[in-house]
Amino acid sequence: MHRIRFIAQKEFYHIMRDFRSLLIVIIMPVMMIFLYGYAINMDIENVTLAIVDLDHSLESRQLTERFYRSPYFSRPDAEPDLNDPDRLLRSGRAAAILYLPVGFGRALTRGEDFELGMTVDGSDANLAAAVQAYSNGVLFEFLMDRLPPDFDIPGVRISQQVLYNPDLKSSHFLVPGLVAIVLMLISALMTSITIAREKESGTMEQLLTTPVKPREVLIGKLLPYVVIAFFDGILVLLFARLVFGVPFVGSHLLLLFFGLIYVTTALSIGILVSSLVSTLREATMLAQLSTLLPSVMLSGFIFAIKNMPFVLQALSHLVAARYFVVIIRGIMLKEAGFSVLIPQAAALILLMLALMTIAATKFSTRVS
Amino acid sequence: MAFLIAEDISKKYGENHALDRFCLSIDPAEIFALVGPDGAGKTTLIRILCRLLDPDSGRVTIDGVDTSREYDRVKPLLGYMPQQFSLYPDLSVEENMTFYAGLYGLTGEPYRAKRDRLYEFSNLGPFSGRRAGALSGGMKQKLALSCALIHDPRLLILDEPTTGVDPLSRRQLWEILLQLKSEGVTVLVSTPYMDEVARCDRAAFIFRGRKLSEDTPTALAASFVGRIFYIDCEPTTSLVERANTIPDISAIRFGAGLHLYLRQDDSLDRHLGELAAIGIDRQQITPIDADLEDRFIQLMETKA
Amino acid sequence: MIVPAPAHTHAVETEQLSRLFGSFTAVDRVSLRVNYGEIFGFLGANGAGKTTAIRMLCGLLMPSSGSGRVAGFDVYRQSELIKRHIGYMSQKFSLYPDLTGRENLDFYGAAYGLGNTALRARIDELTERLELGQFIHQLAGKLPVGWRQRLALAAAILHRPRILFLDEPTGGVDPVFRRKFWGLLYELAESGVAIFVTTHYMDEAEYCGRLSIMHRGGIIEQGRPFELKKKHATASLEDLFVNLILSREAERA
Repeated sequence: MHRIRFIAQKEFYHIMRDFRSLLIVIIMPVMMIFLYGYAINMDIENVTLAIVDLDHSLESRQLTERFYRSPYFSRPDAEPDLNDPDRLLRSGRAAAILYLPVGFGRALTRGEDFELGMTVDGSDANLAAAVQAYSNGVLFEFLMDRLPPDFDIPGVRISQQVLYNPDLKSSHFLVPGLVAIVLMLISALMTSITIAREKESGTMEQLLTTPVKPREVLIGKLLPYVVIAFFDGILVLLFARLVFGVPFVGSHLLLLFFGLIYVTTALSIGILVSSLVSTLREATMLAQLSTLLPSVMLSGFIFAIKNMPFVLQALSHLVAARYFVVIIRGIMLKEAGFSVLIPQAAALILLMLALMTIAATKFSTRVS
Repeated sequence: MAFLIAEDISKKYGENHALDRFCLSIDPAEIFALVGPDGAGKTTLIRILCRLLDPDSGRVTIDGVDTSREYDRVKPLLGYMPQQFSLYPDLSVEENMTFYAGLYGLTGEPYRAKRDRLYEFSNLGPFSGRRAGALSGGMKQKLALSCALIHDPRLLILDEPTTGVDPLSRRQLWEILLQLKSEGVTVLVSTPYMDEVARCDRAAFIFRGRKLSEDTPTALAASFVGRIFYIDCEPTTSLVERANTIPDISAIRFGAGLHLYLRQDDSLDRHLGELAAIGIDRQQITPIDADLEDRFIQLMETKA
Repeated sequence: MIVPAPAHTHAVETEQLSRLFGSFTAVDRVSLRVNYGEIFGFLGANGAGKTTAIRMLCGLLMPSSGSGRVAGFDVYRQSELIKRHIGYMSQKFSLYPDLTGRENLDFYGAAYGLGNTALRARIDELTERLELGQFIHQLAGKLPVGWRQRLALAAAILHRPRILFLDEPTGGVDPVFRRKFWGLLYELAESGVAIFVTTHYMDEAEYCGRLSIMHRGGIIEQGRPFELKKKHATASLEDLFVNLILSREAERA
């Protein structure tokens, strides 16, 4: 048993003395947080909308004013060329062009039906959909305000209450998922590197002739990385709280419990990777390929799984991050308790056991 | 009873027979040398003995224990030093030794006593805090040997410990091995250098996975069939060619002179006339003993 | 080679050649003469100064004092010219393992400035002479040691140098191969090439025409192997080497 202690201690020496790797392990999560938190902002505001007012009436000017007063729309830096207005869209300087044709004001005052025209840049589909929705909204409000005070509309409204993320801030949505990515990457990458390094340099060969057992080697080598992974996780959460104001309303203990299972899964992937490669370089590449890519794309971290083709949806069931993303979002934002998360917990534990078993059998005590 | 027995060890890589029914038997407190060029199968055999590789067939017994069944019992008896430096370069001398000692369960006062003894014999004491990666080649070797000896193994296996090492350091290593032998340790050394085998108890020639011969070094050299003479002369290619035209004589250039090979039952006197005819005088000729290389070549050519 | 060597007698000639690193004397007043057609063995423990001395002779390191001429060129002022007239072969480091034999030779040929047609002809010539055959097309890293070392030799003599430096050329190679390889070296020597061999392998040292043994930067013995053994009454070169060094060390104490 004390052999594990010796191996873990040695691993710590390696980690502390490899200053550059240590730096990467600490700085990378922090950089990712800033990147994903700030740079990727999916909140759609300040869409550039060009308004071509051909009517030049009081009403058209009021409507124009309405649009630009809303936080969703802003003026373009150039007026559209009436001979080729779409040029503005092609060059990307506007996301949409609203046309207020002649006769708009007069139709409005007379209470007649009228149609406004809009061309939207559909190359960003999400944006286009939002533009359509927002512009209808602005128009609707404009029309409502023009109704006489005593006009009677049935008082049916949808009273919306947004739970868990009332401001709909995308950082709240992204950052918990980021913890999942970071834990997975650090654990799998570091683990695969340390084992591959020993294989490549020949020190594993010497080690295997001693009485140490394979499981002792694994446990001893992995223990320090569990600590580091948790340290990184806490770092990310701290930043999430302090910089982005992401709340944590659920149970810390529960997250710790699930985190442990998740990290163990990630470590198993690392061991598996190291048993498939023979050089350090291969280890880093394969580790990133098998963890970063699936975790970012298929975990629901950014892209909704339900919108993906069936094959990818099926594949996502094998991605541990998928379950952990739901778990951590649930705990952090929704105060989810254990009972609610049982399906995810079960899937995660199953995955962990499967990967651990495969990894353990593949970890060879032979030099091939 | 022999301490280490390898029976009919075979190992194939695709079409290549790395080892072909190789047999070995080493007695307790014996220094045994495995001699052969690169690619002969030395490292493959050693890895199989240490259970780092599984043979395709054959059995290995160490101290009466079949290693395919109960290798865990054997591991504490074994000290291994691979060909490449396989300790941790970013750990210090002391840290490496503490680590390996710990794996064998050696800690505290017993560890320190053993460690100090090893420091004395290796002169690594003053460098105990230095990173292993920063040691010179010779010191790295001493450290590797110390780590292999820290747990008082009864069987020491060294894979080409002297490759690239100068003769003096080699001599010192062999002196250490002799010292260990006197303490009852069994030693197996592999080497491509024929010239250092003189100090072992027995040696086996290995070539292309097969054992060419096995005996004491003196007996191996003496088993050479034929007679060899050194000719002190100007060894031009034409002279060598002409010497080779003499029936029953084969000649090669050797350093600043020639080596002449005769059949065992032949006598030099029979050829003196022919030799004089090509310019070789009786005074230039000295009989010499065959060395291990001569015998190895002879075996290679007959058994290949 | 566009620049012909100035008239000179010895392939390598040094007089009191020294190199200091700070206060440490790596090479201590070494004087030696090696002739064309000679195979000269350079022995010594690690750290005795062999590598430093060879580096100076190859034009890779400037001496601190003393004089030296290699292929007639001065080691201080004409090191670049020296490099063009010598060949260097190291079994471990000469070849790129992930290139084929042919690709390695193409690379070195280009490095030595051989034009395309001249290079191809030369490679064909060497392939035949060194019996490289189909090994030319295999990855250098996968070749058995014996063939790798022949390939390394080919790479070292592409540009027909008249002086060759070989670093432990036949270590680990099987004895038959070694004899064949040395047969090639003997042929080269007979054609007028001066060959420097550094080695720890006493069996290899036996094949040399003349030997020198370095110790703590200086040459402590020089001569033909057979004569040296007679002079010091030892049966083997190894005994000679060890006894010599040990007695020197004892003298210092």
